[in-house]
Amino acid sequence: MNELAAAVPWLGKRNPAAARWLILILAIAAPLIAWQFGRSWVRILDFALLYMMLALGLNLVVGFAGLLDLGYIAFYAVGAYTFAFLASPHFEVHLPFWLVLPLGAAFAALAGIMLGFPVLRLRGDYLAIVTLGFGEIVRIFMLNLNYPVNITNGPQGIGMIDPIVLFGWDLSQNLQITERFAINSLFLYYYAFLACVAGSILFIRRLQISRVGRAWAAMREDELAAKAIGINTRNLKLLAFALGATFGGVAGCLFGAFQGFVSPESFSLMESIAVLTMVVFGGMGNIAGAVIGAFVLALLPEILRHIAVPLQQAVFGHVLLDPEVLRMLLLSLAMILMMLLRPTGLIPARARYAHPENLHRSSQP
Amino acid sequence: MKTLLEARGIGKRFGGLQALADVSLTIREGEVYGLIGPNGAGKTTFFNVLTGAYTPDGGGFAFDGGELPTGKPHRVVARGIARTFQNIRLFRELTALENVMAGHHIRTRAGIWGILIQNRHTREEERETTERAYELLRYVGIERFADTVSRHLSYGDQRRLEIARALATEPRLLALDEPAAGMNATETGRLKALIEQIRGDGVTVLLIEHDVKLVMGLCDRVAVLDFGRKIAEDVPAVVQRDEAVIKAYLGGGKHAH
Repeated sequence: MNELAAAVPWLGKRNPAAARWLILILAIAAPLIAWQFGRSWVRILDFALLYMMLALGLNLVVGFAGLLDLGYIAFYAVGAYTFAFLASPHFEVHLPFWLVLPLGAAFAALAGIMLGFPVLRLRGDYLAIVTLGFGEIVRIFMLNLNYPVNITNGPQGIGMIDPIVLFGWDLSQNLQITERFAINSLFLYYYAFLACVAGSILFIRRLQISRVGRAWAAMREDELAAKAIGINTRNLKLLAFALGATFGGVAGCLFGAFQGFVSPESFSLMESIAVLTMVVFGGMGNIAGAVIGAFVLALLPEILRHIAVPLQQAVFGHVLLDPEVLRMLLLSLAMILMMLLRPTGLIPARARYAHPENLHRSSQP
Repeated sequence: MKTLLEARGIGKRFGGLQALADVSLTIREGEVYGLIGPNGAGKTTFFNVLTGAYTPDGGGFAFDGGELPTGKPHRVVARGIARTFQNIRLFRELTALENVMAGHHIRTRAGIWGILIQNRHTREEERETTERAYELLRYVGIERFADTVSRHLSYGDQRRLEIARALATEPRLLALDEPAAGMNATETGRLKALIEQIRGDGVTVLLIEHDVKLVMGLCDRVAVLDFGRKIAEDVPAVVQRDEAVIKAYLGGGKHAH
């Protein structure tokens, strides 16, 4: 939260308290603003929050522990499919949300450890290639495990997944307050996801300024020196993979329940790269970077889609460039510009690894 | 005096190169023990084997009345041996304070759950770690740079920070790999005072060093390695006059360079 507040332009440095309130108000008011442009925009915001969770989890692996993971979306898939298996007509199992969510997180963590073990000794490019392969293996499994025994229902995916039900309160139904006033389901999901993102930020922030966060940073900076001060790099790498995967798994569960449908095509390599782009775009290794990177890159394509078509029609009379083509074009352009102008990300704030309350004020920078 | 570390017949071979051959030595509690020898004599290899970075081909270590695990750096540190590196290896993007705090990792216990709920034990431990890190920075004389990113520190201060980080692991034996390399006379003098202070506080020091004046002025006993073998071990004054040692350093004999 403090890091996010500091990232607010102009106000962040001058009045952090005001900046904090501004973020809080914006976070709560965002769907109300989006609603003015149409309900699809609230839906886009919901997805932006899911991407934030993914970016936060991947940032933990890539940014904190320095382990490049190009198959991160596999954990999202594990979470989503776990939810689909245990709460849909596919197997005629309908377990409650509170049971499936931890199971999805646990399976994703297990998958993280499964990936972690074989790659313990790998670094850099080699690690990237193996994790990329892992992501594809999971996706291809989902695609092909429909024969001879139908487990995943193959490319058709699994539909009619149960919605999130909290204490008998179904988030997929509009909440009727009075006869004429109801809160749309998309809002309910928005605030549920917002709570999850806030919880994730809190947890990750606490991890960062703990002995574990420092050990990850040490490992990332110099593995040999980290070993020499007694850090068990094997356990800490596995922990990073497992915890990072947990966030992916939770986000996957939420995604499955929100969307009501999962299929392998949601978990392609491009998605892994998109999440990694969010982390790098925002600024690797800092929480605010992951949040803002995810927010900007989840919204940008949608905004483009809505602006590009009318704009082209107005200027040329017809659509010259498909929004999808334009999206890739502009995204690549944005990445190149970023690399040239801000190679350390949108918010290059140096992450802190000590609890600010414990620091002495006297020491000068 | 009590023996703290005993190396028995340590051997290490890299392909055709016998880096260490049957090296045995004993370090007593509370002394500064020097390990010298020409370049390539096997000093750093000995360090790497001792601290678990390499697994020896033969032999073993007894430390503080027990066998020392080989090839497991984190367990060696847990037993009370810390090291620094010949080429400084700090966590460059971390501040001086955070570097030292990271060094305290092995002496802290907080788990994921404790960190998540920030229970009292975790908060207490975190505060102690921070306080201890400030103390150690003061101890090596760079407290004013606590919030400076470590790669911005001067060379001499980086060396000091590395020592502070090693001390944060609460070692019984501190192994320093050429701490005076690249230092000028003033800096070396201050380093000497620091090492004496560390010894005075009850930490045994194992020192690899090229600066003969520093070794002779600081060490209680010295071992000399040449081509992976120990050719002498005694008080500095005796070693200095040892024929084999003079030959190893100046050349001649069967080891003509």
